[in-house]
Amino acid sequence: MATRPTFRQEISNLLYSPHGDPFSNCIHCGTCSGTCPVVEFMDQTPRRLIGMINADMKEEVLACNTYWFCASCYHCTVRCPSNIDITGVMYAVKRYSIWHKTYSDDLVGPIFSETFMKTIARSGRSYEPILATSYLFGFGAKEFFQEVQGATKMMLKGRIPILPSKIKHLKNFQNMIKRIVFTEEEA
Amino acid sequence: MKKYAYFPGCSLEKMALSYHDSALETTRTLGVELEELEDWNCCGATTYFHLDEILANTLVARNLAIAEKQGLDFVAPCSACYKNAYFTNKYIKEDAELAEHINYALEADHLQLSGDLTVHHLIEVFVDEIGTEEIKNKVSNSLNELRVAPYYGCQIVRPRKNGENVEDPQFFEELLAAMGADAIDFAYKTRCCGGSLLLTNRHAALAMIRLLLQNALDSGAEVIATTCPLCQVNLECYQTQVNEEFGTDYSVPILYFTQLLGLALGTSPKKLGFGKELISATPFLSKHLVKEAK
Repeated sequence: MATRPTFRQEISNLLYSPHGDPFSNCIHCGTCSGTCPVVEFMDQTPRRLIGMINADMKEEVLACNTYWFCASCYHCTVRCPSNIDITGVMYAVKRYSIWHKTYSDDLVGPIFSETFMKTIARSGRSYEPILATSYLFGFGAKEFFQEVQGATKMMLKGRIPILPSKIKHLKNFQNMIKRIVFTEEEA
Repeated sequence: MKKYAYFPGCSLEKMALSYHDSALETTRTLGVELEELEDWNCCGATTYFHLDEILANTLVARNLAIAEKQGLDFVAPCSACYKNAYFTNKYIKEDAELAEHINYALEADHLQLSGDLTVHHLIEVFVDEIGTEEIKNKVSNSLNELRVAPYYGCQIVRPRKNGENVEDPQFFEELLAAMGADAIDFAYKTRCCGGSLLLTNRHAALAMIRLLLQNALDSGAEVIATTCPLCQVNLECYQTQVNEEFGTDYSVPILYFTQLLGLALGTSPKKLGFGKELISATPFLSKHLVKEAK
């Protein structure tokens, strides 16, 4: 009889398959936490997050900000003595949280990612002025004006695009995306 | 003349136009041709991988497949584009099941990818393909001990690819030395600039940028050289905000390594995109350059 996968198994299933289930290899040395340049801003350190995944603490893992604050710099990954791709684990939890819509509303990360993806699917290329709407309105007044001032300076130097660019084979490109999204939904 | 398929990436279309211009100028001077990849798409930077790993790899694979069709090796000037291209290419080569899945999607655009091509970061073209000796011989306007912090950032050296030195890489220092610059000992040279956290977690990102700037200045840097458009924008365009946030007074010029190389090769600053920076490097450059750049 099939049993429901545990949270830890669900997360390891989201890792690129050659990576397998790395969580039991963690020796809790804390090298990742000591290396991470964002650690002081996280609710839980990367080491603790791995421990929590290992213990199937699903609610607590999903509720913390740790994985959304990961900058994907791979410093922990290259130093891990147990060869765990910790950045890859952060990506996996991000995906889990987006797919299950468990992220809290005050996080900008997930909305930014979704807007980014929609922009690419529409034109094939990224376009800063559209992306800006995904984070600008979540800012406080001070950050909002700082960002607008910064953008104005960039604009004056000719560094902000006026019009979005588009790829030529857009139809084929969109069909290519559909082939991946469609087969995944079927599976 | 060796030719590469050049994938500029979205940032180089506008925000990092000075990187684009200086990359083309310097390679031309050194006898290498960068042919822009026909109809490339955005590689997704770090954000596609938040949503779907296979789709992310497919979008990267499309660009690689276009290069493969042209029979050229792939070059990316942006560290995130480079990391994505390098690993997608490797996975396609090693994982037949993934390759089949992605090639099925690529067929929609009449493309196929075998993963046989080589993926380079732009700086590798200079360091490994052209070579620092050759560059040294072509330097006509030495940077004359300009103190430069070699800022590698993260994704150019990480994740590890092939047993290379990820803790204390040296190739950037060697390239700067070939230009006649003094590559300072910069402890935070591979520490992350915050990447897209600047948009999603501003407080953390500004603190990260501040640490880098302070460490570079403490180590004696006059300018910081970067190899990635995101690092450049974070370090340069957000200095004002760092100053507002922390009451500091930073004004450190942040240049692309290709802009410095171009000056050393005697190219005119205008052709290298000088003039688009928010923090001018002219006071330092005029102090060090032996002769007025043409």
